[in-house]
Amino acid sequence: MTAQHDPCAHCEEMMQPYLDHTLSDEEMREAEMHLDGCDWCRRRYRFEESLRIYVRQAVSKEPMPAALKEKLAALRIPLN
Amino acid sequence: MAEAPSNTGQDATRLATEARDRVRFEEEALGLSDQVYRVARHLASSREEADDLVQETYARAFRSWRSYTPGTNLRAWLLRILTNLNIDRGRRKQRTPQMQPLEANDYYLYDKLAESDGGPSDEEKVVERLSQDDIVSALSEVPHDFRDVIVLVDIGDFSYQDAAQILSIPIGTVMSRLHRGRRILKRELADTFGDDDGNGTGSVDDGEESL
Repeated sequence: MTAQHDPCAHCEEMMQPYLDHTLSDEEMREAEMHLDGCDWCRRRYRFEESLRIYVRQAVSKEPMPAALKEKLAALRIPLN
Repeated sequence: MAEAPSNTGQDATRLATEARDRVRFEEEALGLSDQVYRVARHLASSREEADDLVQETYARAFRSWRSYTPGTNLRAWLLRILTNLNIDRGRRKQRTPQMQPLEANDYYLYDKLAESDGGPSDEEKVVERLSQDDIVSALSEVPHDFRDVIVLVDIGDFSYQDAAQILSIPIGTVMSRLHRGRRILKRELADTFGDDDGNGTGSVDDGEESL
């Protein structure tokens, strides 16, 4: 089945650009109209949104080693 | 003879201004080190490599501080040095030959997680079935070209335009790699999750630190 015939497949194609705010106004309206009536896609969009936040949190948790911070400060060029 | 003190005075003023600008630059750059490290940590293959990369980046930045235009995006400037160094380091000589990465459709991961949970459930709860380790290791499995854009845009918070400049690639390539990269990441996550046999081993917020 092609995207033209399957509105959910088409909606899936629009998910990333929708969440990145790069769809045209017309495509945005089209996506929102579909989402209004489709719980199935709406769940998946919400999941993607949560996932992006979650991934960012997960990979940002690892703090920079304190020793590295000191090494960077030591790289400064001394004033003459 | 009367001019000598004046020249010396001008020189001293110039040197003092330059020293002040340089100190300001260094402090501003050091203030961004956490953010630079976060990007480096996920561009490089290991912690050690990330450490080296960040040190080399700062050493180079401090040496060439004059080529930075004050008032422009210093974080992007530093990360351009970092990504170039990373490429120079021969990261493209990967251990495994470049394969066509596995990519599933955008809904694949959700469907897999929700299904293993016995059907549809709260989307925010579904995501918590992935552990921090799952995410960090899945991201490290994404091939470099795709990972670079995910790390810069989704983690480093850079615009497509900034990412394009940092990586010296067209903006259209940033977008297509980002879209494919996220699908590859989700595919990797789905696989990681499958290895766990569906037992979520803790969420991002449970305070567990990966070793």
